[in-house]
Amino acid sequence: MDRELLIVSTLCFFVAVVRTSLSIRARIYQPTRFSFFAVALGFVFQTAFLSIRGHALGRCPLTNLFEVFIFLAWSVVLIYMLVGPAYRLSLMGAFTAPLVASLQSFALIALIDVRHPVKLPANPWLEFHASISLVAYGAFALACIAGVMYLVQERQLKTHQLYSIFYHLPPLTDLFAAITRLLWWGFALYSLGLVSGFFVGQPLPYVQVVCAFGVWLLYGAILQGRHLRRLAPKHVAALCIVGFSAALTLLWGITFTAQIHSLP
Amino acid sequence: MNLFCIGLSHHTANVETRERFLGHAAIDRTLREVAGCSEVLLLTTCNRTEVYASASSPVPTETIANCLLTNGTLLETDVAAFYRYESEQCIQHLFRVTSGLDSMVIGETEILGQVKKAYAVARESGAAGPYLHRLFQRAFRVAKQVRTRTDITRGSVSVGSVAVDLAEKIFGDLSSRKVLLLGAGETSERTARALVSRGVREIFVSNRSGERAEALAAMVGGKAIAFGQWPMRCAEIDILISSTAANEPFLTPEILAPVLQARLDRPLFMIDLAVPRDIVPDVNKMEGVYLYDIDALQSIAQQSLATRRQQIAAGEEIIAHHIADFSGWFIPMREHMVGRAGSVEMELPESSLRASEL
Repeated sequence: MDRELLIVSTLCFFVAVVRTSLSIRARIYQPTRFSFFAVALGFVFQTAFLSIRGHALGRCPLTNLFEVFIFLAWSVVLIYMLVGPAYRLSLMGAFTAPLVASLQSFALIALIDVRHPVKLPANPWLEFHASISLVAYGAFALACIAGVMYLVQERQLKTHQLYSIFYHLPPLTDLFAAITRLLWWGFALYSLGLVSGFFVGQPLPYVQVVCAFGVWLLYGAILQGRHLRRLAPKHVAALCIVGFSAALTLLWGITFTAQIHSLP
Repeated sequence: MNLFCIGLSHHTANVETRERFLGHAAIDRTLREVAGCSEVLLLTTCNRTEVYASASSPVPTETIANCLLTNGTLLETDVAAFYRYESEQCIQHLFRVTSGLDSMVIGETEILGQVKKAYAVARESGAAGPYLHRLFQRAFRVAKQVRTRTDITRGSVSVGSVAVDLAEKIFGDLSSRKVLLLGAGETSERTARALVSRGVREIFVSNRSGERAEALAAMVGGKAIAFGQWPMRCAEIDILISSTAANEPFLTPEILAPVLQARLDRPLFMIDLAVPRDIVPDVNKMEGVYLYDIDALQSIAQQSLATRRQQIAAGEEIIAHHIADFSGWFIPMREHMVGRAGSVEMELPESSLRASEL
């Protein structure tokens, strides 16, 4: 039952992707409520899936790679819903939907939804650590999406080739301000997740700790470069994409190798 | 009941003719009393003068032309410049005009405000009754749909407005941005004025002729600085507009490099309106610099115009849908009224004016 909900959710995101692709292809991109509602509906089904799965597990549904990916996709949409309208980044939905649809499709297709033979006991600190870290990943994902939007616009401005989508992108400086805020939010949440990891009451695998600090240092360095004005906005935007790609790979690695959620 | 539109526009008459047919404040009364119109609306813009009216019997074009004439006598050639649209054609014409499809600059939105103003005047004077009320309310709705569902208003079509639009795409709110004008050309003055109208408050003007710089600074509410001082201002400004009469480019990457080092996180928008150019094209390759010369700006303006032209068909499609829908109300109502009383003075039932049906 819960997988069906996830399939419907993924279809909602795909509908938003197709709609946006068609309008961009026709060179008439108009941000419409349709895409926002498609994403919002996808979010409702995501939430329903996580709720049912969490109820069945009796704990936060982060017990395998499949659930981690879905929780991450949910975090991305959650932050988009919070941040997008606030910063007038309506177009961000057009960029968010493909990422979320890809994450969920991969999770559904790959054989990674492995149920544990025994019911895992609840560990509030571990669940808090994992969930807050994934919400931080959501913020990093949005920063990555904003980075893509920044680079698309920057390229069009540099080359003087202005396509339909250009007219719907937020101003360059506003976009950069949004990237910076998302990075700070992501960094703060990730730091909180890291600190809470020390309270889980059990030893964490060495690889996991090193990778987690690696991601933390990477984003810390980007923010420091931005703060000291050593990095041009274009480079910050590019690093957001590199950073999130690396973080996503490490997340996979962490979850896959350490199998954190199999810890009782 | 005849619904019609009679008028002239930039399509049919030159400015010398158009300026003689502007109508006057009391034209609605004249048209009602002399021509027997029951409802009248006069639309006057710099590109068109049109009368929208309803009457029980056809009103000759010459009668309307005479009423609109403000200067000289009516010639045969003048009458030839007038067009006349009846019934559905009139509806279609109004929808096209209000949506900007009939404008000189396709997709311009100023016309909608002008039509709204003309409608408000006619309503206030009592010249516009239920027919025109319903017709114009629908026209406003059509214009809104055409604007939002097509790219007809996308981009700017003049060099100055393209530059200002780009500035807004880079900086967003322009109120805290600083502008430096190098040279005092006419286009740069116009661009500076457009920037001021969008919120720019701080403008520096630098010209070889100090007097000219002072004069232009006074015109745009800026501050004149000595020509030798402009490089020092580059660190603090956000937009640079150059239009000097220099024979060769003087703003080079070498001059800008140290300035940009100090402002790595702030973009610099450079507009080179001079011919020959003032800024070396390689400057555009520098980090955070967006350089547009006159050709680049004109090319974007042309691109926008082409896009707008491509969107006409989409706009016409929306209009056609509304004409069919509106005629479904208008024609039976007209026949009903003519059949019942043959009188144009009769009031339409209140239910026919419900906003939800407009």
